[in-house]
Amino acid sequence: MAHIQVPEGIPGIRSLVMFRPETGKPLYELAQVLLRGESPLSEAERELIAAYVSHLNNCTFCASSHAAAARCLYGNDKNTVDDVLKDMQQSNVSAKLKSLLNIAGKVQVLGREVLPADIEAARKLGTDDREIHDTVLIAATFSMFNRYVDGLASFTPKDPAVYEAMGKRMAENGYVLPQPAK
Amino acid sequence: MAYSPETGKALNELAEILLHDDNNTLTRGERELIGAYVSSQNDCFFCQNVHGAMAQHYFECEMQLIDDVKKNYQSTPISNKLKALLTIAGCVQKGGKFVTADEVELAKSLGATDKEIHDTVLIAAAFCMFNRYVDGLNTWAPQDREVYVERAKMRAEDGYANMNLNK
Repeated sequence: MAHIQVPEGIPGIRSLVMFRPETGKPLYELAQVLLRGESPLSEAERELIAAYVSHLNNCTFCASSHAAAARCLYGNDKNTVDDVLKDMQQSNVSAKLKSLLNIAGKVQVLGREVLPADIEAARKLGTDDREIHDTVLIAATFSMFNRYVDGLASFTPKDPAVYEAMGKRMAENGYVLPQPAK
Repeated sequence: MAYSPETGKALNELAEILLHDDNNTLTRGERELIGAYVSSQNDCFFCQNVHGAMAQHYFECEMQLIDDVKKNYQSTPISNKLKALLTIAGCVQKGGKFVTADEVELAKSLGATDKEIHDTVLIAAAFCMFNRYVDGLNTWAPQDREVYVERAKMRAEDGYANMNLNK
């Protein structure tokens, strides 16, 4: 049971933004711009960063749904997602993406955990300011979404098939604010 | 945020509705105080001073009260309901799952509505984002606390929606 009276049976953040659409609007806009807008990082890479941070924050709803979206977007390389969630350093993603995931993991702990050495390491592997900016903001944003979803104890489905369908919808349609129940 | 206007717009809009919009049963001062408290727990110098000064402006109090709230809100003269909401915000700062039915029940028994609890959780969560964004990119922050006090008056009038971040 959620801590407040949100629409029943609606999972995760969807139930919360239906409860309060005024704040839901900028939250969905932020997700859409960050994860689907213009960026030197691919949509798959951005969803992977989101899933990785949500996994570190132990937020089952966000980790499962964004992992599912990332698997869709990675297509043939979908195993990449689970490899990263299992052991990021040993996974087969590029050294550059690892350096960004490392920064995202530091942001998950706290902003000031990101050290000049972390940024230097990413730059040496060819990342630019925009990629670093987007990585930090995605990691920060999911440190918000995860707390929002779990802090109000919103409904977290257990069935993996639910997340598979959710991930497909997120990959194909992006982030569209659900309409409140009439 | 000036670096990335598209994400900046959504972030400003969120801050405007959460902190400045008057269609809310929590006062602007109470909402800013929650933001300042979470920012101090996250050790974010910039955000805790910006929003601490905003709270001081609305409460028309000494900065000492804001500092006391950050240090130990239980011993300050703020309402029991606001204390219960700050407790929830402090749990959110540690992680979403730290909020249990006990903290929520206490706040409700002191008169907090579902919407007030929702906004408290989202303000606390949003500051866990803002603080990480600001410090994760190691942005510049004025060290003189008076600067924040002077700016607060203008920000209270203008709100956050059309904030010009290049100024």
